[in-house]
Amino acid sequence: MCLGIPGQIVAVADEAAMLCVVDVSGVRRAVDVVCVAEPGAPLSDLVGAWVLVHVGFAMSIIDEEEAAATLKVLAEIGEAEAEMEALTTGSVDVEIPGGPHALRR
Amino acid sequence: MRFVDEFRDPALAAALVKEIEAIAARLERGRDKPFAIMEVCGGHTHAIFRYGLEGLLPDLVEFVHGPGCPVCVLPMGRVDDCVAIAEREEVIFATFGDAMRVPGSKKSLLQAKAEGADVRMVYSPLDALTLAKRNPERQVVFFGLGFETTMPSTALTVLRAAREGVQNFSLFCNHITIIPTLRALLEQPDLGIDGFIGPGHVSMVIGTAPYRFIAEEFHKPLVVAGFEPIDLLQSLLMVLRQLEAGEAKIENQYARVVPEHGNPAALKAVAEVYEPRPTFEWRGLGSIAGSGVRLKEPYAAFDAERRFAVPDIKVADPASCRCGEVLTGALKPWACPEFGKGCTPERPLGALMVSSEGSCAAYYQYGGIKGEAA
Repeated sequence: MCLGIPGQIVAVADEAAMLCVVDVSGVRRAVDVVCVAEPGAPLSDLVGAWVLVHVGFAMSIIDEEEAAATLKVLAEIGEAEAEMEALTTGSVDVEIPGGPHALRR
Repeated sequence: MRFVDEFRDPALAAALVKEIEAIAARLERGRDKPFAIMEVCGGHTHAIFRYGLEGLLPDLVEFVHGPGCPVCVLPMGRVDDCVAIAEREEVIFATFGDAMRVPGSKKSLLQAKAEGADVRMVYSPLDALTLAKRNPERQVVFFGLGFETTMPSTALTVLRAAREGVQNFSLFCNHITIIPTLRALLEQPDLGIDGFIGPGHVSMVIGTAPYRFIAEEFHKPLVVAGFEPIDLLQSLLMVLRQLEAGEAKIENQYARVVPEHGNPAALKAVAEVYEPRPTFEWRGLGSIAGSGVRLKEPYAAFDAERRFAVPDIKVADPASCRCGEVLTGALKPWACPEFGKGCTPERPLGALMVSSEGSCAAYYQYGGIKGEAA
């Protein structure tokens, strides 16, 4: 819950609602990006960026190397597994264009 | 040297340990007890155990495991309040999985669920809001807990619910803030802590400026740290260097994620939705002034405490439970008479055994590094 997990923004889900689709180790879900978006800039600017995701909110933009190192630590301390479990079993599909199944690969 | 080989940069890790040893050797003269460095964050506690960092340190340096595990400091009475709300016929009670097993005075949320309460484990407060929209005939209550790391997520969800006019969503707010907590700790007259490793992700939200009082008023060093073992060793070295130089500064080892002034959008949402409570009760630590937040008046409609009359009964921890002393560093986990006997991760008696970030659960899982533990 507190450690979060790195993911990559792969698409804009809903510009007006400030939601992007984030891929976290192969699982995709809608994530609120208001804390990492440049005010006034289109969300498409964020596509491709790596972010630290905390309980469904992108909280910090990080580089790819940092993302990989963080994932390694989380895996080693057993938190990655717990976070992925929460993400896959605890996610209620948020309504985004393309339907709920667009969230899962 | 155990574990060091698997670090991102084993040579750097070895060099850091060597330098820590050298400083300790220089500081040793005239010192009759170890330098106690508190890591505030439960995530750091977990990493320190997993990587066996305590075993790498000279005898003159020890970690003290701080109160930064929100699940661990949740008082029993608040869990009882959760259960009371969850057991209402009209309620869907949504919570992070971490909170499910925390013992209340009669039962945990997991037990309430087994007895028929509609308790749902969700990943995000956004999922609770979606549940509310999908179940307009039910009341969906989200159990908000955590420090500043998770506070923006619930604040932004409340703002989203307000914007979308969702009327059957509310928040049972149990968020706590780190600064009043550190101040309360520092004001203890017999505090034996020489310096701090500051939390990484709380600081990502609040920045490093709010810690200045620790250096200015209490003359203790604090270094905000990342979560890799290298980060923790480097931060510890930075604290020790300050101690050797007789300095007290706030430094940021985790600048790649933590900006000096925090995250503006997150802080704005938190300031919009929350205000400090006069006081908030912590498990094991008692009441700490200004350490909790509640929803501001304009968002009262989303406040579960106002929507449902919660019992709000103070419940004392079990008499044999000594979580409070462990939380303040006065007692080592294994010195508690219940450790590993009446209190295990499978059947936790006290909160520090519940979460993987609690120091008792960490000692139970990884064993004591310096030989005293089971």
